[in-house]
Amino acid sequence: MSTGQPGEPGSGAPGSGAPGSGATAIQVEGLRKSFGDVPVLNGIDLTVASHEVVCLIGASGSGKSTLLRCLNLLEPINAGRISIWGQDITAPGVDENLVRRSIGIVFQSYNLFPHMTVLRNITLAPVRAAGVPRAQAEDEARALLDRFGLAGRESEYPDRLSGGQQQRVAIVRALAMKPQVMLLDEVTSALDPELVAEVLDLIRELAAGGMTMLIATHEMGFARDIAQRVCFLEEGLIIEDAPPAELFTAPRDERTQRFLRRIIAAGRL
Amino acid sequence: MSGADPAGTNTFVTTGRGPRLLAVQSRGAATVSTISTVVVLAALVAVVLLAPGSAEVRHTFFSPHDMWQSFIGNPAKGYYSVGEAIWLNIRMFLVAEVFILIFALLLALVRQSTSPVLFPFRVLALIYVDFFRGVPVLLIVLAIGFGVPALRLPFVSVQSTAVYGTLALIITYSAYVSEVYRAGLNSVHRSQSAAARSLGLSQFAALRFVILPQAVRNIIPPLLNDFISLQKDTALVGVLGAIEANEAAQIYSSTVFNYSSYTVAALLFLLLTIPLARFTDRLIERDRRRRLAGAAT
Repeated sequence: MSTGQPGEPGSGAPGSGAPGSGATAIQVEGLRKSFGDVPVLNGIDLTVASHEVVCLIGASGSGKSTLLRCLNLLEPINAGRISIWGQDITAPGVDENLVRRSIGIVFQSYNLFPHMTVLRNITLAPVRAAGVPRAQAEDEARALLDRFGLAGRESEYPDRLSGGQQQRVAIVRALAMKPQVMLLDEVTSALDPELVAEVLDLIRELAAGGMTMLIATHEMGFARDIAQRVCFLEEGLIIEDAPPAELFTAPRDERTQRFLRRIIAAGRL
Repeated sequence: MSGADPAGTNTFVTTGRGPRLLAVQSRGAATVSTISTVVVLAALVAVVLLAPGSAEVRHTFFSPHDMWQSFIGNPAKGYYSVGEAIWLNIRMFLVAEVFILIFALLLALVRQSTSPVLFPFRVLALIYVDFFRGVPVLLIVLAIGFGVPALRLPFVSVQSTAVYGTLALIITYSAYVSEVYRAGLNSVHRSQSAAARSLGLSQFAALRFVILPQAVRNIIPPLLNDFISLQKDTALVGVLGAIEANEAAQIYSSTVFNYSSYTVAALLFLLLTIPLARFTDRLIERDRRRRLAGAAT
């Protein structure tokens, strides 16, 4: 059992420091989490392989977001173990800032820093947390902005951007730390319908580039397209974990069937 | 019936007032407000002028000769210049402000901390704030101004009264201002901290680059409000014998038996506080407009 520090993320391209395909990127064992007396996660077991894209689906309050926040160490856990690339990140003595640098997370409400320009939003962490020289961080940020269709937005403030642009900037901001894993927490839920596509396209591009991702989403069509596996959560448990073709067309568990029936009735699938 | 009807058959028109065009409206409003200002002022002046004791009051409080004499001062006759003494108020105010900004922030950060190690400091900070917010500033000025010299410590006990007075103001106002800071820190949504930490920034870096800049922006108006109060409260240091504007005015009035020196002191304080008050208003207005602009997009 490794209890050491997680590997230094390195300064290469995303995923460069990660073991090859097939290695275990994320391993969650018996994860339990409660807020006060309210249990939210009741023993989650989940494995995500390197370069794999796994979607988490389930009703609001099923624990998807909490699971992602626990993986980023934003929430202390009550029991269980989380390993990233085989290293226990819940062990005592782990430097949470180092862990977070290798795990990017993007939130539903973007959470851009409103007092900073787009460029400063993106370069803040590379400069202040990873010690990248500012000029280099800015060059890299501009390259990322170009790549994701945000060229020319460097000096805008977030409130001058559309929701879709803000969310794409938030994803770029996470990518600027060259994470080896990306956690996306319902990143399109706060967007107007016509802005969803641009964000989903960006995520597809990341997946095509081999980024390991764990995605909580309400976009069932997207989950079916992009995920290698889909996990259905209810009451803090993974009820069913299967490839999307299987889960969406022939769900085995009665609870999954009930959830999907409701989704279909709501016209979301 | 479609469109505007110049013939006057418009059924919407029920009064003889003009259209609610912005230019017309603001011109009318300016006229009305000017007239009402003149009327109110005239009424006030009339009351003062027509009161039975008007002549005495005008002589005692508004004598041009005494106002000028107290303004320039005359040490040979035993009184100081109020105009010169106000500089002491300004100096005390400026020095106090710098220390208050730093000390109050530390207090607020300690009170906001969650680490169990800091628990005793949290309790101390809470007691500090409760105590110094609850005790009148004047009592603190007296306690420090007379208490510390009585200790007869080297260096500490041999400072000028202005130093003790300023110290008392720093101690008291830091308690007020720390609460303003705390409100500012609370006004920044928790998700901002989560976003900063999730990128790998340390707690200190998140505070310094993400939370504090936003918090300070939110509290500039209440902060300036407290500083306007602070400017006025520098007058309390006079009780220690420091020759600040209020004390100089008092010395004049008890030497010459005319209160016009107080009027001079009041006018000088107004000269200091009114610009700051207008500046505060402008910041509030700018902030409001920026927020509206932000909400519109």
